[in-house]
Amino acid sequence: MSEQKLIGGIKFGILSPDMIRKMSATAIVTSEVYDENGLPVEGGVMDPRLGVIEPGQKCATCGNTLARCPGHFGHLELARPVIHIGFVRHIYDLLRATCRRCGRLKIPDEEIDRYLDLYNRLKDKWPQLASSLTDFVKRKAIKAMECPHCGEKQFKIRLEKPTTFIEEGPLGRLWPTKVREWLERIPDRDLRVLGYDPEFARPEWMVITVLPVPPIAVRPSILLETGIRSEDDLTHKLVDIIRTNEKLRESINSGAPEVIVEDLWELLQYHITTYIDNEVPGVPPAKRRSGMPLRTLAQRLKGKEGRFRGNLSGKRVDFSARTVISPDPNLSINEVGVPIEVAMILTVPERVTPWNIDELRKYVLNGPYRYPGANYIIDNTGRRIDLRFIKDLKAIAESLKPGYIVERHLINGDIVLFNRQPSLHRMSIMAHIVRVLPGRTFRLHLAVCPPYNADFDGDEMNLHVPQTIEARAEAKILLLVQEHILSPRYGGPIIGGIQDYSSGAYLLSSKVTLLTKDQVSDLLASINYSGEIPEPAVLSPIKAWSGKQIISLLLPEDFNFSKEAKISSGNLKCTDEECFWDSYLVVKRGKLLLGVLDKAAIGAQQPESLLHFLVREYGTSFGKEFMDKAFKLFLRFIEMRGFTMSIVDIMIPEEAYKEIEEVIVKVRKEIEHLIQLYKEGKLEPTPGRTLRESLEIKILEVLSRARDEAGERATKYLDPFNNVFIMAKTGARGSTLNITQMAAMLGQQSVRGQRIHRGYRGRTLPHFKRGDIGPEARGFVSGSFVKGLSPIEMFFHAAGGREGLVDTAVRTSQSGYMQRRLINALQDLRVEYDGTVRSVYGHLIQFRYGEDGIDPKNTSFGKAVNVERIIEKHVGWRK
Amino acid sequence: MSPKKSRKKKTTQKRAKGKVKEKKVKEKVEEIIAKVREPELLVDNVLKKIPEDIPVKLREIVREKLTRIVVEEKITAIDVLEELLSKFVDKARKVIELSEPAKDVMPEKIYDELVTTLFDKGIELDINEDEMIKIRDDVIRTYMESLVEPGEPVGTVAAQSIGEPGTQMTLRTFHYAGVRELNVTLGLPRLIELVDARRAPETPMMEIHLSEEYKYDREKAVEVARKIEMTKLENVVESVDIDLIALQLIIRLDPDMLSDKGLTRDDIIKALSKSKTLAGRIKQDPEDPYVIIIDLPKGYDVIKAQKFRDRILKTKLKGIKDIKKVIPQKRRDPETGKEYYVLITDGSNLGAVLKVEGVDPTKTKTNSIHEIENVLGIEAAREALIREIMNTLKEQGLDVDIRHVMLVADIMTWSGTVRQVGRHGVAGEKPSVLARAAFEVTVKHLFDASARGEVDYIKGVTENVIIGQLAPVGTAMVVLEMNPTKLKIQPQVKGEWGGDR
Repeated sequence: MSEQKLIGGIKFGILSPDMIRKMSATAIVTSEVYDENGLPVEGGVMDPRLGVIEPGQKCATCGNTLARCPGHFGHLELARPVIHIGFVRHIYDLLRATCRRCGRLKIPDEEIDRYLDLYNRLKDKWPQLASSLTDFVKRKAIKAMECPHCGEKQFKIRLEKPTTFIEEGPLGRLWPTKVREWLERIPDRDLRVLGYDPEFARPEWMVITVLPVPPIAVRPSILLETGIRSEDDLTHKLVDIIRTNEKLRESINSGAPEVIVEDLWELLQYHITTYIDNEVPGVPPAKRRSGMPLRTLAQRLKGKEGRFRGNLSGKRVDFSARTVISPDPNLSINEVGVPIEVAMILTVPERVTPWNIDELRKYVLNGPYRYPGANYIIDNTGRRIDLRFIKDLKAIAESLKPGYIVERHLINGDIVLFNRQPSLHRMSIMAHIVRVLPGRTFRLHLAVCPPYNADFDGDEMNLHVPQTIEARAEAKILLLVQEHILSPRYGGPIIGGIQDYSSGAYLLSSKVTLLTKDQVSDLLASINYSGEIPEPAVLSPIKAWSGKQIISLLLPEDFNFSKEAKISSGNLKCTDEECFWDSYLVVKRGKLLLGVLDKAAIGAQQPESLLHFLVREYGTSFGKEFMDKAFKLFLRFIEMRGFTMSIVDIMIPEEAYKEIEEVIVKVRKEIEHLIQLYKEGKLEPTPGRTLRESLEIKILEVLSRARDEAGERATKYLDPFNNVFIMAKTGARGSTLNITQMAAMLGQQSVRGQRIHRGYRGRTLPHFKRGDIGPEARGFVSGSFVKGLSPIEMFFHAAGGREGLVDTAVRTSQSGYMQRRLINALQDLRVEYDGTVRSVYGHLIQFRYGEDGIDPKNTSFGKAVNVERIIEKHVGWRK
Repeated sequence: MSPKKSRKKKTTQKRAKGKVKEKKVKEKVEEIIAKVREPELLVDNVLKKIPEDIPVKLREIVREKLTRIVVEEKITAIDVLEELLSKFVDKARKVIELSEPAKDVMPEKIYDELVTTLFDKGIELDINEDEMIKIRDDVIRTYMESLVEPGEPVGTVAAQSIGEPGTQMTLRTFHYAGVRELNVTLGLPRLIELVDARRAPETPMMEIHLSEEYKYDREKAVEVARKIEMTKLENVVESVDIDLIALQLIIRLDPDMLSDKGLTRDDIIKALSKSKTLAGRIKQDPEDPYVIIIDLPKGYDVIKAQKFRDRILKTKLKGIKDIKKVIPQKRRDPETGKEYYVLITDGSNLGAVLKVEGVDPTKTKTNSIHEIENVLGIEAAREALIREIMNTLKEQGLDVDIRHVMLVADIMTWSGTVRQVGRHGVAGEKPSVLARAAFEVTVKHLFDASARGEVDYIKGVTENVIIGQLAPVGTAMVVLEMNPTKLKIQPQVKGEWGGDR
């Protein structure tokens, strides 16, 4: 390994013509590129001295081969100077701010001294102020119409976009030669006041006299399958420049009329302008023969796929894999299932030591095609041996010595990074422990779906293998899933039970659940429980255990907790221990005594829940352990009991439909009445609204009431403990609104918060009369999903649904951009050892992070110390 | 109320119906007893004996507890209460003594909470000394464990915490904000607007609180509202006719609107006369008290006259510029239960509103950050930013810790003016060329940097990523505090590392 150096800084500046000539490997003198043999012409843009392009060749300039030759610049002497498009603004400012005769800044000497002093003092500490100062000086100088140094009268200078300067005085058009002469006269000192650094950026260098020609490596030509060579856009552009330059030189030498010379000069200016930036306003972009605009220098840097954002801020990596994900509840939340095919390609470099040599030999012996094997060996000299091409694996395995590095296949227990885009927060990349499995998908535990925002409808995820010990250690300590159970966004767990875990927990912990010995054994076996089975809760007629007893086995013995359950609402509401409905959760000394577990206790994104306090008080390892076991238990139970949703769960009897019909009739009358009032002009308008708007608001109110009422009437005919209701009540999935829509009616469909009103003239669909503003004509759907929708209703429902889709699409782009800006503004901040928040540039942002120095991750919903909880934790069993 | 209790009540009521007389007598007796032994008086008497060293907060708890005992358990014997009191005092002293070690390690707020809750629950659950020590130690431990670690990239975490829920927000711009009459920008558009530090919000709005004098009376509140609401001539006009023959503009005023806005014809004429072009042209109709006649300049044709009319209709008669509508709203004070009025406005002009008589300048709010910055200063703007962002997020039902929001507000305001998060603010004013180029307008930044001869010292996160070094946050902030160049033997720097600068 060669010596490494740190980059202390990067200085920006403008290349001077001398510098360009000095760093040039050759002058480019001809527009010819290849000769008749297809070899690059010396002195052309593909001159071999500009660097090697083919492997095996040696560079004519530096003698290196392809891998080590960085490429070399050439240069092109221009027949006439041209303006550099990137510096037009600066040239324009300088021309206006300096004297046309003596080149001095048009500000008296003593003022220059004062500003310079001020500028030097501001420069380092307040760059923002310094730039306003230079701006002020510049504007002041531009205003002066007489030079304070030589007394010359000044004229206005006009910039004709993009690159033409015109003095409204005796000089007239300022050709680049004139501009250059003018700029040369400006003294260094005056430039400093304007914020320029003349040592590295003399203004006359902004006028190009010598054009640097970039190395071939920057603009490689590609060989198409047909054998035709295709040159890079930059090469094309360079050829154009050279050709025009040749013509220009010829016509000057042959004494052609001034008009022709000037025309060629402007053409050269055009070519060089588009060579630098092909998107200058007012300049027609240079195009390829196909009509596609050329991708020249500025375009290479710009934008999302440009050099900066596409190749420097974000880079492509090796040792990564991507495939579809699928769920596996038998994994630990810390694990990820990796297909064997993937495990045989991704490798971990492991250094041979006397302690692992035997194991590594086995891997080498297995070779690259047998799992678990190895793909490469790197020996002491740094030579890389590809095991695919080794016939005698045995010999090579024998030759293994401490100090070698074996790149072995991924095995169980390796640590990898797992990621799902969009990576919106730090939980989008977490470290998992590898579990190599058959199959072709990555497998993950369901509890880690919320942080990744993953589901299994075809989502794909990425996997990266850290290659150094430092990286693996850091991943294990900082990035492991269990370290991210608690979200830094709010003090609460972001990993936790979802969907069936909530229903399963509810069913298992429910009062009515009694388990036989067989069932208890089954459940406990599923989590490898090896302790003792508690005394049964029921002794006769048969021994039976309650679900709460089983859950209690997983709770720490000194754990006390009490909280309302999710189901505690409506007529099941309980706010203390005396609860008939079992909707108040009480854990005393590690025993689940009362209440059911549901989303409020074990769910993801539920702060101050049972799960939250378990993780917070007993550590992340315990949290992981608890989730692995408890969640498996819940699933096992739900499998035993059976849990499904069928159409009978949402079927209501005939009389219920009659009741709903009554509601609809009632509502229709009400609305008719409102419309009547509106037509007669008797409707009381809401202040600040037109009559029509008031009517719409009132109708909407009535209709939404109608849906709620219909829902109420329908659901009372349903069994409140059927599976659909269990899901809604425990927070597993769906809401009462969903049940209403399935069983009773969909209700009013809306677009942009209004009833659907657009379509044909005066009506939404041709099925209605013009001017009909009754409920049905404006998107009121009285059908339910069980009953089915009429075609018209279906159309309105689709219209409402479409809005949702459009909304999501628009929103993602907007919020994505907002987040990019936020990240960019805040990424350089960190907490220092003294507890302050500073940017890495040294700006002090906060004296104490968050005014109290508390990490939101370690809070309980924003509170650093929840004293009441701590008291409950210690003596809660007394209550 | 639990079902049990209500049933009991019903039965007692039934019985009472039969024995009305008896009940009345009983009630009276009870009333008298209650008066004599008014629990508050009783407790106050007992509390007089409380020693000086018990802090006020604990006294409050003692009072509460005693009152409850007196009211609920009907214990009224002074000596029993005094005994209880002395027990409480002992407990309080114990709590204070045991909490002592926590005092120096943690902020006062948490310490106070520890003392009060420990005392409160200590009595309720009869917590003994050992347990108290355990609790105290646990509180200290929890506090120490919840502190941020040095190196934590709090900026990135804050940006993610605010940005990530953005995807879950609604895009629907409008929503009713308490008042039906007004639409207010909410959700993602509002959040973007705040972070962008726009000059004016899309829907400027104020919540004007009134001074004690005007607060409780609707009439008085409306009076202030009238002063604030901007009224234009067009708001009080019934009809305008152009008489081209006589070259006159005949304005008929709407009497209802006039009285609603508290204006008279003379007021209007006065307001119109302020304009130079109109001076001397305004006449009152002697017959109709609601008509104003304005002479048109000579040579006006139809089009010119119409333009003239439209201009005149826009004349401001009274009120504050930009405040289009004022709506009085009734509210209830959650503590005292008293009803009072606030004014909600469409449009915002904080500077002018605060000067109006009857406005409580300490409570009046606006949603325009820029106005707050101008009128009240940068600290107020910071507070307003925090409040507005938190409200926007909360309204959408999203939990985001306030510390993240504070950090965003701080980075926007620390320079002394409100800067937007983005190209023309925080991100555009970074010292690093590469960081700016990597954000937006790449090419311009590079050209300008080279003209200025700028140096990028590769300190920030982006620059280090570009160069391929570790960014100095988190674990990479840890650095060897040794200058290898000053050592006699120069160590060779080998292996992957980044960091020191």
